[in-house]
Amino acid sequence: MSSLSSSPQLTPSILAEQHGLSSEEYQKILSLLGREPNREEIGVFSVMWSEHCSYKNSRLELKKFPTTGSKVLVKAGEENAGVIDIGDGWAVAFKIESHNHPSAVEPFQGAATGVGGIIRDIFTMGARPVFLLNSLRFGPISGDSLRARDNRQLFSGVVAGIGHYGNSIGVPTIGGEVYFDPSYNGNPLVNAFCLGVLKHEQIARGAAKGIGNPIFYVGAETGRDGLAGAAFASRELTEESKADRPAVQVGDPFREKLLLEACLELLASGCVAGIQDMGAAGLTCSTCETASRGGTGVEIDLDLVPKRSADLTSYELLLSESQERMLVIVHQGEEATVQRIFEKWELPYGLIGRVTDDGKMKVKRGKDLVVDIPARTLADEAPLYQREAATWKAPAPLDLTTVAECDPIIVLHQLLAHPSIASKQWIWRQYDHTVQTGTVVPPGSDAAVFYVREANKFLAATSDCNAIYCSLDPHEGAKIAVAEAARNLACSGAVPIGATDNLNFGNPHKPESFYELRAAVEGISEGCRAFDIPVTGGNVSLYNESQLASIDPTPTVALVGLIEKREQITTQFFKEPGDVIFLLGELGSELGGSHYLLASHGRKEGLPPRVDFEYEKAIHKQLLSLIRAGLVRSAHDCSEGGLAVALAEACFGDSNKAEVKLFGACIDLGKKGIRDDVALFNESQSRIIFSTKAQQVEQVEQELQASGLPFTRLGSVTKETILSIQLDEKEYSWSTEILHQSWFKAIPHLMQA
Amino acid sequence: MRCAVLQFPGSNGDIDALEALRSFENVTAELVWHQEKSLDSFEFILLPGGFSYGDYLRCGAIARFSPIMQAVQKAAASGTLILGICNGFQILCEAGLLPGTLIRNRNLLFRCEERLVRVETSDSPFTKKISSGSVLHLPIAHGEGCYFAKEETLQELHDKDQVLLRYATSKGEITKDANPNGSCENIAGICNQKRNVFGLMPHPERACDELLGSTDGRMIFESILDHVHHGAGTSL
Repeated sequence: MSSLSSSPQLTPSILAEQHGLSSEEYQKILSLLGREPNREEIGVFSVMWSEHCSYKNSRLELKKFPTTGSKVLVKAGEENAGVIDIGDGWAVAFKIESHNHPSAVEPFQGAATGVGGIIRDIFTMGARPVFLLNSLRFGPISGDSLRARDNRQLFSGVVAGIGHYGNSIGVPTIGGEVYFDPSYNGNPLVNAFCLGVLKHEQIARGAAKGIGNPIFYVGAETGRDGLAGAAFASRELTEESKADRPAVQVGDPFREKLLLEACLELLASGCVAGIQDMGAAGLTCSTCETASRGGTGVEIDLDLVPKRSADLTSYELLLSESQERMLVIVHQGEEATVQRIFEKWELPYGLIGRVTDDGKMKVKRGKDLVVDIPARTLADEAPLYQREAATWKAPAPLDLTTVAECDPIIVLHQLLAHPSIASKQWIWRQYDHTVQTGTVVPPGSDAAVFYVREANKFLAATSDCNAIYCSLDPHEGAKIAVAEAARNLACSGAVPIGATDNLNFGNPHKPESFYELRAAVEGISEGCRAFDIPVTGGNVSLYNESQLASIDPTPTVALVGLIEKREQITTQFFKEPGDVIFLLGELGSELGGSHYLLASHGRKEGLPPRVDFEYEKAIHKQLLSLIRAGLVRSAHDCSEGGLAVALAEACFGDSNKAEVKLFGACIDLGKKGIRDDVALFNESQSRIIFSTKAQQVEQVEQELQASGLPFTRLGSVTKETILSIQLDEKEYSWSTEILHQSWFKAIPHLMQA
Repeated sequence: MRCAVLQFPGSNGDIDALEALRSFENVTAELVWHQEKSLDSFEFILLPGGFSYGDYLRCGAIARFSPIMQAVQKAAASGTLILGICNGFQILCEAGLLPGTLIRNRNLLFRCEERLVRVETSDSPFTKKISSGSVLHLPIAHGEGCYFAKEETLQELHDKDQVLLRYATSKGEITKDANPNGSCENIAGICNQKRNVFGLMPHPERACDELLGSTDGRMIFESILDHVHHGAGTSL
C-alpha cells in the first residue's frame, strides 16, 4: 500500500484538512479504517463526504419530503433519478441538478456540462431523454457598471453553453425560468432539468450485482479536467476561485450522444446488471455507490482505465470529473456484447474490474493496492450534521402610506421591460426546442407541453421560484414556489404527477442560511403533501456565496404533469376577438415582495403574499373542470407584476411564430375601493385569468357560481390592439403594440449594449 | 416509395425524419448507418439534421468522407432524389453535390423559431406540388445556416433556376428582416443543376403534424412522393 512517507511534513491529518475534511471527520476515517489513510484515500473521502455527494448538511432536512405515492416506481435517493408511472406501461424519469459554481468561473463549459450531467443521470435510468428545462439566476444586466458587464457575459455564456450541449445532442430545451437580482452578483445559478421516457421493464439500476460480474468503463478517456469538482462545489466562491478553473469540466456533446445511444443499445440487449454514470467524484463515486447499493464490493485496476495521458496519477484518475463516462456492470459471459456495441459507436471502453463479495472498494494500480475502503462507509456513512438554525424574524408588513402611488401607465411599461418579467425569447431561440418533434407548447407559455409520440402521452413541465418572496419569508416563499408551479400546470391543462427540487442556498454553517434551507424544505414538503405530489429527487447546492453576500434562498421547484387529451392543452395567449375574459380568484391586495415595489420603488421588502393550499387547490380543480368541459380558450396565472402584467402577456401572441398575433382587451374592474396601483400590480396568489367563447359565457358563469369560488367577469378580447382597464372612475389604456415592444425588446436591447 | 434516412453518429433529426416520412401512405422508410456502402435499393435518400461527427470543425466537413457518402455520390449521379435538411444541407455542400457553403449565422447566435420561406419555383421534384410564390411556415434551428457563395455561383444559381426557397415576409417579400441568418439573397434552399439534389436549412420534417403548429412541410414530401410515383410529367 502506498504511503505518505515521501513528504515528512505532510501528515495525513494536514492533508485531510487541506481537502476540506474537518478534524472530527478525520477521526471518523481513522476509526473506520483502523489505520491512517493514504493520499488517494483522503481524496476519495473528501469528495464522497462533500456536501455535493453526501448531502451531509441537508440530508436530515430532506427526509421531510413526501416521496411515496401509488405512481412512484423509483423513489427519491434510490437511484440517479426518480421514476414515475404515466400509464399504459410507460414511465418518466426526471431530475433537476445545479452547476452553479462551475458556471460562475467558466459560464459556457460550466453550463454545458451541467446539461450533460443531468442528461446522463436520466439515460443511466434506462430512459431516453426527451426534453430539458433550465432555471437560471444572474445579477442585474442593465447599465454600464463593470458588474453589469460581467453579469451580461455570464448570462450570454451560460445560455450559449446550454444551447451548445442540448442542441448538439438533440434534446430540446422547452422551458424554464430566469430572474435577475443583485443577490446573484458573482454567484449565478444554473439548474438544469431533464426528463426521459421509458417502459416500466426498462428501468435500469445502479447496483453492482452478481459476484464476479465484469465491470466496464465506457465513454470518454479520463483526463485531468474537473479534478475534485464536487469538493470545489462545496465551498464558497472567492476571488481565488478563478484559480480553480481546472475544477471545471469540458463538455463534448458529440461524445455524449454516442454514449447515450450506445448505453441505450446495451441496456436493450439485456446484458446489463448495473449501470452508473460518472458525474461528481467520477470513478470514485460510481464504484463505491454501485457497490454500496448492490451490497457487494468492487475491485478495479486503474491501469486498465482509458486515459488521455499515461502519466495520470492514481489520485488524478480517482478524482477526475472528465465528462461523458459511465460504469457498466454486465452479466458474466456478455463481454463481447459490450465490445460489439462500443466499437460500433467508436467509443473507448475497458474491462477494469469485477464485482466482489467483500464489501470493499479496492482500487489497484497494476500490482499496487491504492485504495482499500469499505464501500458502504463512503457512500452511506458520511457524517450527518444538524446545523444551527437562526430564529426567523418576520419582516415588517409593508406600510402602504410609505409607497408613493406611481402612474400605472408608466409602471406597466417598467414592469414588462424588467428583465425578470420581459420576454425570454432572446434566450430560448438559442435553444433547439423543436428537435424530436414533440414540443406542442414551446417556451413562453405558463408550462411547456411535450407529446411523447410512442407512448401517446402529453406531458407538461414547469420550474418556478420567486426568490424575492423566499428572501423575505423562506417558508412562505417555498410554499408559493410549489403553488405557482402547480398553477402553471393547471393553466396548461395538466395534473401534477411528480416534483423535483433544486435547493440553492448559502453556507449552511451560517445559522441564517441553515434556517432558510430548513424553512424552504418544510414549505416545499407542505406544498407537495397538499397537492399529493411525490418529490422524486433533486439536488442541493450550498455555499452559494460570493465575496459580497450569500444569494437569496432559491428553492427551485420543477413539476411534471399529465394532460389527459389533446383538446385539453391550453396556452396563455388570447385566441380571438370577442372572447370573454374572467378572473378566477380574488382581485387581491398584497404588495409585499412585489415586482412593482422592486421595479418602480427600488424596494425589496414587506411580507410576501400568503398562500392557502386548500383554496389554491380548489381554484386549480375548477379551472381543470372548465378546461375538460371545453370552455377555456386560454389560461394564464397572475404572478410577478400582478393582474396588469398577466393581461398584457395574454394579449401578446406566441412569439415563436413567424407572424406574432397581438390582441387588445377591454377590462372593467368596477368599484374596488383600493388604490389603483394595488389593484393592478399586487401579487396575491391563487389567481388565474382565462378566456372563453362568448356563446359559452353563461355556462362558465353557472359553473363558477356553483363552485362558490370568487370570480369576476373582467371584459373581452378585442381586435383593436389597445389594453384598456376601467377602475372606479378612471380608465387606463395602453397600446399593446408598444407594450409588446417594451417587453419583447428589453433583453435583446440590453445584450447589444 | 422506398426511403433511406442516413444515420451519422451525431445525427439527431434522423428519427424525426423517419417518423415524418412514415406518416405518408405508400412509404417505407428505414435508417441506414454511415458505415454502409450501398443505397441502390432506395428511391429517395434523406440526410437529416444534427451534428454528424460532432462538427467541431466546419459542419459536415468530416461526414463527406464517410463510406455512405460514396453511395450518395453514386445515387446522385444516377438521378435518385436526395434531400439534405440542415446538417444534411451542410454535408451536401461539403461533398460538392451542391454549390456554395453554410457559415456561422451573421449574428453568431443559434436561432430556433418558425420562419417564412417563399417557394421560388415549382419546377423541381421537391416543389412540384407547390405553386411558385407560395409562402411556407417552417421551423429553423441552426447556428451555421448562413448560405454563402461566390458572385459567379449565385449568378449561375439564378440562371439555372436552382434557388428553391428564400426567407420572406408573409406577403412574400424578400427583406433583410425576413432573413434570420444573413444568407446571401435570403437563400434558404437550393438544388443542383440536375434538380435531383435539394438542400435546405429549415426543417420540413418538423412541420408535418398539426400538433406542432404547421403542416407546410408535408407539401415538400408530397411533391417528392408524386415525382417518384408518377415521374416528372405531373408538375403544376
